[in-house]
Amino acid sequence: MSDHRYLPHTPQDVADMLAVCGATSLDDLYSDVPEGLRLRHPYALPQEMSEKELRDYFDRLGERNRRMVCFAGAGYYDHYTPAVVDAILSRSEFLTAYTPYQPEISQGTLQYIFEFQSMMCALTGMEISNASMYDGATATAEAMIMAVNSARKKRRVLISATVNPAVAEVVSTYARYHGITLEVIPEHEGVTNRTEFEAMMGAGDVAGVIVGYPNYYGIIEPYDGWADICHAAKALLIMNCQASTLGVLRTPGSLGADIVCGDAQSLGMPLNYGGPYLGYMCTTKALMRKLPGRIVGATTDRNGQRVFVLTLQAREQHIRRDKATSNICSNQGLMALHTAVYLSLIGAEGLRRINDLGYGGLRYLADGLAATGRMRLVYPERPTVNEALFRTSDPLTADMVLEAAAAEGILAGVKTDECELLVAVTEMQTKEDMDRYISIVKNIKL
Amino acid sequence: MNRRLYDKLIFEHSRAGRHGYSLPRNSFDRHIDELPQSCRRAEAPALPEVDEPTVVRHYTNSSTNNFGVDTGFYPLGSCTMKYNPKINDALAASRSIATLHPMQPADTVQGALTIYWELQRALSEIGGMAEFTLNPFAGAHGELTGLLVIKAYHLSRQNAGRDTVLVPDSAHGTNPASAAVAGFKVVEVKSLPDGTVDVDDLRSKLNDSVAAMMMTNPNTVGMFEKNIPEIARLVHDAGGLMYYDGANLNPMLGVARPGDMGFDVMHINLHKTFSTPHGGGGPGAGPVGVRKGLECFLPNPRVVKKTDGTFDVICEDSSLGRISGWLGNFTVYVRALAYILGLGAENIAKVGPLATLNANYVLNRLKDVYELPIPGPCKHEFVFDGLKDKSTGVTTLNVAKRLLDFGFHAPTIYFPLLFHESLMIEPTETESRETLDSFIEAMRRIADEATNDPETVKNAPHDTPVSHPDDTEAALHPVTTWQDLCAAQNS
Amino acid sequence: MLYYLPTHEYARIEGNVATIGISEFAARQLGNVVYVDMPEADDDVTKGEDFGAIESVKAASDLYSPVSGSVIEINEALIDNPRLINEDPMNNWIIKVEMSDPSEVKALLSPEDYEKLCASEKH
Repeated sequence: MSDHRYLPHTPQDVADMLAVCGATSLDDLYSDVPEGLRLRHPYALPQEMSEKELRDYFDRLGERNRRMVCFAGAGYYDHYTPAVVDAILSRSEFLTAYTPYQPEISQGTLQYIFEFQSMMCALTGMEISNASMYDGATATAEAMIMAVNSARKKRRVLISATVNPAVAEVVSTYARYHGITLEVIPEHEGVTNRTEFEAMMGAGDVAGVIVGYPNYYGIIEPYDGWADICHAAKALLIMNCQASTLGVLRTPGSLGADIVCGDAQSLGMPLNYGGPYLGYMCTTKALMRKLPGRIVGATTDRNGQRVFVLTLQAREQHIRRDKATSNICSNQGLMALHTAVYLSLIGAEGLRRINDLGYGGLRYLADGLAATGRMRLVYPERPTVNEALFRTSDPLTADMVLEAAAAEGILAGVKTDECELLVAVTEMQTKEDMDRYISIVKNIKL
Repeated sequence: MNRRLYDKLIFEHSRAGRHGYSLPRNSFDRHIDELPQSCRRAEAPALPEVDEPTVVRHYTNSSTNNFGVDTGFYPLGSCTMKYNPKINDALAASRSIATLHPMQPADTVQGALTIYWELQRALSEIGGMAEFTLNPFAGAHGELTGLLVIKAYHLSRQNAGRDTVLVPDSAHGTNPASAAVAGFKVVEVKSLPDGTVDVDDLRSKLNDSVAAMMMTNPNTVGMFEKNIPEIARLVHDAGGLMYYDGANLNPMLGVARPGDMGFDVMHINLHKTFSTPHGGGGPGAGPVGVRKGLECFLPNPRVVKKTDGTFDVICEDSSLGRISGWLGNFTVYVRALAYILGLGAENIAKVGPLATLNANYVLNRLKDVYELPIPGPCKHEFVFDGLKDKSTGVTTLNVAKRLLDFGFHAPTIYFPLLFHESLMIEPTETESRETLDSFIEAMRRIADEATNDPETVKNAPHDTPVSHPDDTEAALHPVTTWQDLCAAQNS
Repeated sequence: MLYYLPTHEYARIEGNVATIGISEFAARQLGNVVYVDMPEADDDVTKGEDFGAIESVKAASDLYSPVSGSVIEINEALIDNPRLINEDPMNNWIIKVEMSDPSEVKALLSPEDYEKLCASEKH
């Protein structure tokens, strides 16, 4: 009998195959491994679990996770995933496929990547998209490196203080070890300080400028004219955008952005405690050959059929090795499929409605909280879509709100300061959820 | 696979006024059109307008143009395309994970943190390392992270001058590319005719600028680097660290541990050795392990076990910094842990030897017709330098494409760069003898055709939905979006 | 006068101007050229350092400058039709450089020496 259901070999198979190899034992095949390096003891790991035991084990762990009504955002948003998306993603022709290096037997993968690229260009208003990257933070770091590579000798990059701090931290890690000088443009009243930005540009040698859209506080900053300032200094404008809101916001393309990147998690990807999500990256045709990652293009085959292939591969690591535009050699293939199926179902009108629900819900919640006299918007005059910064009134603190709400199964937001909470609303929270939130805040004993 | 190409794009199914969404009723008083005009898009994004049945049929049809592990055998060298167990997918789809926000307090995600911790501990045991971070998103991202650990280590010792990484000339392309992204210079170390590292050449390249040596073991030609103890000693004596590229870890399961071979830092591709599906290119995961003393440099955030047995997520100043938004591709960890527990200590140890047996079986049954530049026994994979009979004009590319006609994925071709006609085969332990026999039969038939009917091989594939795409045209005039296609049709 | 670098770039020297391209041998090795990454006019180039790159479908290589100086012209015809390089690499040059140190050409390979180098690479 074979040893395990994943391992087809019977003892007879092993014996016959060893004979073909001129070996008498499996150990013979490892005669080149020095004795001193051999594993001398069994792995200190649990014994085999049956499928039923596996389910029980993970069920028990699942019970130690708590599902909450989620008013937290900060880059990751609780949106609904249509059942169709899961059904398509579980098709094993997609799920168990390798990277589409053999176009003859990978048209399924290549085609959805082409659709994904088209959809991301439609959302961002840009001309070309890659096949996706790991997450929004690493995509932004790659955008920074792309700007530095395009600028040849300049190694100074500016990043706004209003960019999501988790993204900024990853960008800063890549910059530090890559020999890039990353400088922070200060914030003023929730938005990037334009005077400081112009002064920093004036100092010269800037390869790229990274801003958030909407920014970390959910604010839609006015970036009119920023691209001109960047371009006059031969610097690239990099916009880190929350994908779902691009369904309604003025496109980064129309603002003159050179690279648009970020996380597409908000396009209905389950939160999954941090991943998998999808980093996207779009640019202009002028910069196409500097774009890292895979790109799918259309061409024809010998029968004249329209077909899809990986293209512009000369930029990539398997050809360029240490001269490549990036070391990335995969993408988030299946999550690109997730995005393509999601956007096919939701469409432009669905995205508008989702943003409308978040917009209306956030204001309903803000009005209710303001009425308690205990929590109010920090920047009520700034335009936002579905996320905004709130301040608690002394002696109420952010921790007190989070704790009281958690006791009722509500994740009230993300604490950004002693008395500040970042709160997001999507189509997932009901009016009743918001009423509960308001009443919890009202009833906290001070 | 469906032999007739399904070639529609979802955009071509679009009809104005159709929709596929289902959303809650909106009873709020305030609406998005209040936003100032200057903030709003001039027109709606050009996304398709399609109903739900059309979406389902479109993607289902499109999937039939794809080859996957579930449809056939992938002898793809260095990719470890093993079976992806279904129970793992079922467990990864759990609602108790899907709904967790990364910013939830640690006491509400103890189950998730336990999964992270248990997998981290299991990988440490298998790798012979002190601790793993699971945060890196992929193998190449793991390489970058591991190299940054090494950089942070040297910087902590005021050794900024260690700016060079040694890489064997047979290395995967990601090794030099990752070193460059990490801000290192790359120096290649030569291979001997048997594909292993030339220790004399290594010795000549060691000096106080060397930060690390990156290696796979077995290497990319499937040979075990038997001089590894000496190599590790030389690199360590020169003040450098040893980095293990875990792309080829599979044959070592149950046999030897990188930590015991003298490696200080390593990454593992969960989507290779630990059976998580490739998803057409991702998401994968590239956890990074370090030996004792280097844990403090691992990336933030880090999952730690507290004295009361509960888990927390922390950030530390000594860390190299953050390399991912949060803790990485979480559902991939569920699958990998389920794989380890589903096999158990005893069966994991059988994976390596059976993978090696499969590779040697294929090698021995084909070496009379394909050129074997390095005699066996190999480990989990081996390289042929094309057909033995070089007079036919049939290339490795032709052989690879002809295999598609027989229902097999192509092997890895033209890598490693050590040989002109490299054809790299890795069968993995989950393939039965019968599958290997039918693959061997196809390979032998192709060798026979190369002699007797070379045109059939040179013009392959004949029986796939698509044949001979024009790569030059694709690169010369890139058409990468539906918008480009429409513009091309209009001009 | 015609000179070469071992990395297969040529420089045709006329007065103070070097016309730079890639050799026939290099063009043949690369196969169908699909893109040439060129600097802009007025950019400075340095002898031995890369000034751009050339790509075919499945290969790419950096372009190294045989001389130092300032770019006075780029071959714009290559933007739309990079395959001109395959047709006639010696006449379809890539950039023209006003040399800052004409004595640098002394260290370059003569056509005869370059020929020998190519013969040894072919093996």
